[in-house]
Amino acid sequence: METFWYIAVTLMLAVFVVLDGFDFGLGIVYAFVAKNETDRRAALAAIGPIWNGNEVWLIAAGGLLFFAFPKAYSAGFSGFYLALHLVLWLLIARGLALELRSHVDHALWRQFWDVAFAGASLLLAVVFGVALGNLIRGVPLNPEGYFFVALWTNFMTGPEPGILDWFTVLIGATSAAILAMHGANFLAMKTEGQLRNRARRAAWLTGSAGIILVGLALTSVPFVQPLFFLNYAAHPIGYIFPVLSIATLLSALLIRRRNWDAGAFSATSLLILTMLGSTAWGSYPNILIATNDPANSLTVTNATAGVYGLQAGLWWFLFGFILLIAYQACAHQAFRGKVKLGAH
Amino acid sequence: MASALLYDRLQFAFTVTFHYLFPQLTIGLALLLLYLRSRALVSGDDHYNQVARFWTKIFALSFAFGVVTGIPLEFQFGTNWAKFSNFAGGVIGQTLAMEGLFAFFLESSFLGILLFDEGRFSQRVQWAASLMLFLGSWLSGYFILATNAWMQHPVAYTVAPDGRLFVDSLSGLLTNPWLVWQFAHNMTAAVVTASFVVAAVGSFYLLSGLHVKYAKTFLRTGVVAGAIATALMIFPTGHENARQVFEHQPVKGAAFEGLFKTERGAGMVLIGQPNLETMTIDNPLVVPDVLSLVLFDELYATVKGLEAFPRAEWPDNVALLYYAYHVMAGLGTILVSIMGLSLFWLWQGRLFTANWLLWLLMLAAPFPYLATTAGWMTAELGRQPWLVYGLLRTADGVSPLVHSGNALFTLLGYLGIYLMLGLLFLFLMAEIIRHGPASSFPESANP
Repeated sequence: METFWYIAVTLMLAVFVVLDGFDFGLGIVYAFVAKNETDRRAALAAIGPIWNGNEVWLIAAGGLLFFAFPKAYSAGFSGFYLALHLVLWLLIARGLALELRSHVDHALWRQFWDVAFAGASLLLAVVFGVALGNLIRGVPLNPEGYFFVALWTNFMTGPEPGILDWFTVLIGATSAAILAMHGANFLAMKTEGQLRNRARRAAWLTGSAGIILVGLALTSVPFVQPLFFLNYAAHPIGYIFPVLSIATLLSALLIRRRNWDAGAFSATSLLILTMLGSTAWGSYPNILIATNDPANSLTVTNATAGVYGLQAGLWWFLFGFILLIAYQACAHQAFRGKVKLGAH
Repeated sequence: MASALLYDRLQFAFTVTFHYLFPQLTIGLALLLLYLRSRALVSGDDHYNQVARFWTKIFALSFAFGVVTGIPLEFQFGTNWAKFSNFAGGVIGQTLAMEGLFAFFLESSFLGILLFDEGRFSQRVQWAASLMLFLGSWLSGYFILATNAWMQHPVAYTVAPDGRLFVDSLSGLLTNPWLVWQFAHNMTAAVVTASFVVAAVGSFYLLSGLHVKYAKTFLRTGVVAGAIATALMIFPTGHENARQVFEHQPVKGAAFEGLFKTERGAGMVLIGQPNLETMTIDNPLVVPDVLSLVLFDELYATVKGLEAFPRAEWPDNVALLYYAYHVMAGLGTILVSIMGLSLFWLWQGRLFTANWLLWLLMLAAPFPYLATTAGWMTAELGRQPWLVYGLLRTADGVSPLVHSGNALFTLLGYLGIYLMLGLLFLFLMAEIIRHGPASSFPESANP
């Protein structure tokens, strides 16, 4: 039962990263590929009607974590206090940028929100990667199950780490590169002409950087968190996730070369799913790994909500999940195909 | 950690109060939009579609601000109130997760369809989308209020060996008796806010001689909905809420009324300042025996005063709670009078030429916001010193390792950011109103 919820929370988060990931990625490459007002309007129209629904997956994943593992939710959210509030402020800036840019017909107004959108998207992509890095590396949990980490200490992954260290920053950069490629693929799929060509090029460049960064990240994980290595050694079937990650990354680049936009977008989507799958496999059954004493780690068994609640949740979760797939399919279906701009 | 507790409380109070300025408009407008779209579908009159389109823009603006200010609330349960989340997550995790799954996806998926229509979708699709939007926003309110109702009146839980609470009946949690009247009262209040805003924009246009046809529809819709909703606010929803409080939380009720001593035939204080040193009301204006009558249907019933309870059980800010309650009830009375008067004038066919009344309607728009805010302050200050009534004190719910410097840092951050957001919202509202219902501004489909 706990394992089911571990998978469900991971899955909700992974879908969030795939869906909102292309919104973030689009924001990262936005400043480089959208050279004039028509391009920028086309780029924003590609995500305009759907980004909000995509971001709801984050809220839903957070809610589900609270529901299934309240102990892990309260420890994690209070421990990463400063980083989380920075994330919230960035989400506010980015959300408003997308909603308000069209409200005043003035070049300065639009420039302001363009910068807010691009900057917040980049920072958020990095911060989400850093968060993942923190989960892999672990945090110094006290026996009560709480912790508090500063934004940075000495940038090393020792027993008293900060949120930022060389490893988490590496994962942050990897995240930014992968999401940028993902977003550029999406943009290429949704647009035409010069803008599409520039998006394809951006996807190629960020993907090439991604190869190097993913290689570095995968090599460093066993050193930073030996637990992962042990988990994989105990259940080698799990190697399917990292192997698939590398395979999808390479095929994403190969498909990119052939300029098949939808294929490249599918490949980066799979890449994100398998990379998060690799992390979840390596971490299980831990949700928050203690760097100081393994006995303090929060796991699916000691952080869980009661049995009755988890069972009752199963019914509404399955029902709600089917419903939300239906709504999301409706919304994405309604706005499928290339972006068409109306008369301005 | 004492000062961290203060900052944690101020931050939650401030962010939730600011947040709720936006959903109260969207919840109410969702109902009015559904009415307008239904009317357009039934009558085939495109005028109602145009009216709906204008209010969809305002809905979308308020919705966007509601979304960005709402996310910090869900996160703050964890960041600032970790011990509370750990203690009660096994219960309220249910309703909060359900809100995400059932309500937010509905709203966000279908608002896109209404906003980006531009002739892309048929009338039926638009009507269906506005129905979904209504369901989404009212469900969202339902799940959040189920959470709050549980904090006011905990039901359907068991205590685990480690002291944490787990839900033991999902249906019990979702049908908490406290929830029924709280939901009715709160949702009606949202309709009041939306009606006043719609009527105020109508009055503004009519007084300015602009968009006259639209203005009259706004006024008719706003005044009829507003008259019904303001009346329902007082009776039965407000009345039943007050009875509920006196039945289950008598100490909170006594503080509402500024009733220090237990009295037979207690009076209702209309105006006066509670003096906690002398335990009396200064400068009181009291209607004798009415409180007993209203609460217990009996002129000489006994109502327990604050002194009947140990001081540690008292709400920790009796004076502010007393004022919040009186502002809510006082404004409620004023609002129902304005709408009652306007409805009468509308029925007489004189409203559209009664400039003084149109001015009044236009200037009254901020008051339902104040009344709602005061109402929520009444509910939440009255819950103190408990976070979960009778089970967990507020001081025991904060994050143990977030020190006051960090809490103050983020509190100041929210104060600054939300000040900018507030200015931005007012400016953009004014822009939409200035462009008027006939314009295609803002071109949402083409950012």
